Amino acid sequence: MGKRIGMEVGIAAAEAVGLCNIDVAAVYPITPQSHIAEHLSDIVHDGRIDAEFITVESEHSSISACAGASATGARVYTATSSQGLMYMHEVLPIVSAMRLPVVMGNANRAIAGPLNIWNDHSDIMNQRDCGWIVMHAENGQEVIDMTIQSFKIAEHADVMLPTVLNMDGFQLTHMIEPLEFPTQEEVNAFLPDRVPYATLHPDKPVSMGCFNMPEIFTETMKVKDTALINSKKTIIKIWNEWGKQFGRYYKPVESYKSKGAETLILTMGSMGETASVAVDELKKVGKSVGLVKMRLWRPFPLDELRAAIKGCKTLIVMDRAVTFGGIGGPVATEIKSLIYHDKDRPRIVNYLMGLGGRDVTVEDFIVMVERAAKKKDETYEFYGVRE
Amino acid sequence: MNTVENFEIFAPKLIDKRELFSPGHRACQGCGEVLALRLIMKALGEDTVVSNATGCMEIISTAYPQTAWEVPYIHVAFENAAAVGSGVEAGLKALRRKGKIADRYVKSVAIAGDGGTVDIGLQALSGAMERGHDLAFFCLDNEAYMNTGIQRSSATPFMAATTTSPAGKVIHGQRTGKKNVPEIMVAHSVPYVATACPSYPIDLMNKVEKAKNTKGPAYVHVFSVCPTGWRAASNETIKLGRMAVETGSFPLYEVENGKYRLTIEYPEKRRPMEDYLKLQGRFRHLDPADIVKVQALVDKEFRKLMHKVETSAPWI
Repeated sequence: MGKRIGMEVGIAAAEAVGLCNIDVAAVYPITPQSHIAEHLSDIVHDGRIDAEFITVESEHSSISACAGASATGARVYTATSSQGLMYMHEVLPIVSAMRLPVVMGNANRAIAGPLNIWNDHSDIMNQRDCGWIVMHAENGQEVIDMTIQSFKIAEHADVMLPTVLNMDGFQLTHMIEPLEFPTQEEVNAFLPDRVPYATLHPDKPVSMGCFNMPEIFTETMKVKDTALINSKKTIIKIWNEWGKQFGRYYKPVESYKSKGAETLILTMGSMGETASVAVDELKKVGKSVGLVKMRLWRPFPLDELRAAIKGCKTLIVMDRAVTFGGIGGPVATEIKSLIYHDKDRPRIVNYLMGLGGRDVTVEDFIVMVERAAKKKDETYEFYGVRE
Repeated sequence: MNTVENFEIFAPKLIDKRELFSPGHRACQGCGEVLALRLIMKALGEDTVVSNATGCMEIISTAYPQTAWEVPYIHVAFENAAAVGSGVEAGLKALRRKGKIADRYVKSVAIAGDGGTVDIGLQALSGAMERGHDLAFFCLDNEAYMNTGIQRSSATPFMAATTTSPAGKVIHGQRTGKKNVPEIMVAHSVPYVATACPSYPIDLMNKVEKAKNTKGPAYVHVFSVCPTGWRAASNETIKLGRMAVETGSFPLYEVENGKYRLTIEYPEKRRPMEDYLKLQGRFRHLDPADIVKVQALVDKEFRKLMHKVETSAPWI
């Protein structure tokens, strides 16, 4: 393990990719992902790694080029954000259906309109049903670790699915944090070369992306669903391998001081760190509050989440995206479905907050917890909105 | 093994009998596009990876679990064949350089219809050509969205009736002429740009060979007669292709490093457009005044081309 250094998280993401012996990167710049794009091109242009860097003319082409390159057997990376991810949307389910292990970094940013370049999770939530493995990093160290893990997860013979690692735009990507990088030798020991199942090469011609008639399409969808659900086992296995090698253990759902707590806050992404400070403050004044953080969004960690929230009376779900005209934020909606049949299910309070870069402070979390105690119904609330 | 790989030009007797695009596909009777594709594949040979756009050629060849492709083939979506082909080229290049695949040159080609090239695919095509990928792009132009039911594209000729440019009482079909994408490719400084038609098979294959041997981007725009969409007899595909060329409405030429050259000789007086138009139901609604307008546009475009043929000089 190398020594701890201060570095901007976006740049660290590119450095982590640089340790992974990628063959092709196709990246189109977009705020707040642009430092990843810039720094990765630096790494390639300085000859630090041997890879093709395709300066695509759009995100649609970046994901398309990644599909083509991945189909040749190459290890590929792309990064994007917000409108860029929305522009990729058409191709995302095709990449997962073709079982191409593309690795993506997504600097979470609100989607327009109106235009807003700051952080929330509306970009990734709009890709929910694309069949990708979706993970959220909480801090810079997780961005480094999970970027490297992503390649091993995506390319594993039991997975073969694309992955997207979410890192909150600005709030995380532009922070300068103390970070530890594994050495190249350590990464080499952790991450084997990709062994593709089939490749585009004349030595063994195959046809990829054939269309499905109604007689076979449903079966293909089930295979995709099963593959994604089954990937959880391998994801956990690889996270444990990482833990053994580097001493930092990763789980689909993380708990912080949640044991026996009557009220649990549930977060995804970087706001988990702020929430943990709020939990500490609330505990000091005798409140029975804990924190649950979802690292894995797809495949949805059913068992782990159910175990993590078991026994709590109130679950406060923090949604950083809006399901317009729905029954709450996307995370809360799914958790409500999950626990629908559970006998002692907690009351769910749902806040839609931190939208489009609105700060969510420790004090905000405290207010939300206090207000949740008084709430009678289970409807959602836009927290902090100026009426 | 492509037996003609050491020859610079194709001759009928030397054409490989092996089909890299195999029979048994689902193309319509008399399809000029699939004929073009078959000849293209013969000229490209087996060391080729095809990135195909959604469209007629994709759906007639790859109904899972069957495939007509004897070479490695990928289809991702409609508008991104050039981007996928860029990725294939970059992947093969990196893997070869890093010793992860055989040290052998494999050509990345992208194939799309006119919609996937001149309309929805133009951005990806422009990007791929501008970046200078070693990628040969083939546009198989049947002059409308045939796969979805004969809707107009920007490659549909002036006054042709399609299902979205119908022969109405006020508006007589397509209101504009064909977008000149070969010219747009020349403007990208693409070193090899050509037009071709399977009615001239040897000319077509020689152009494919040149595109293949271009180390960098190349673009070939292939006129592909569609009897179904053009409301024409399926046994007149070859004839219609010849007429399109002879009238000058689809002239055969190539542009090597900026230098335009006709690859067919034209007499002083080209065949009149009326001969070509009257064989097709899509032009049935044209009155004599319309035919004059169509002829005038063809003449204008031909003059523009001849000016380039006469005045252009190679940039290297």
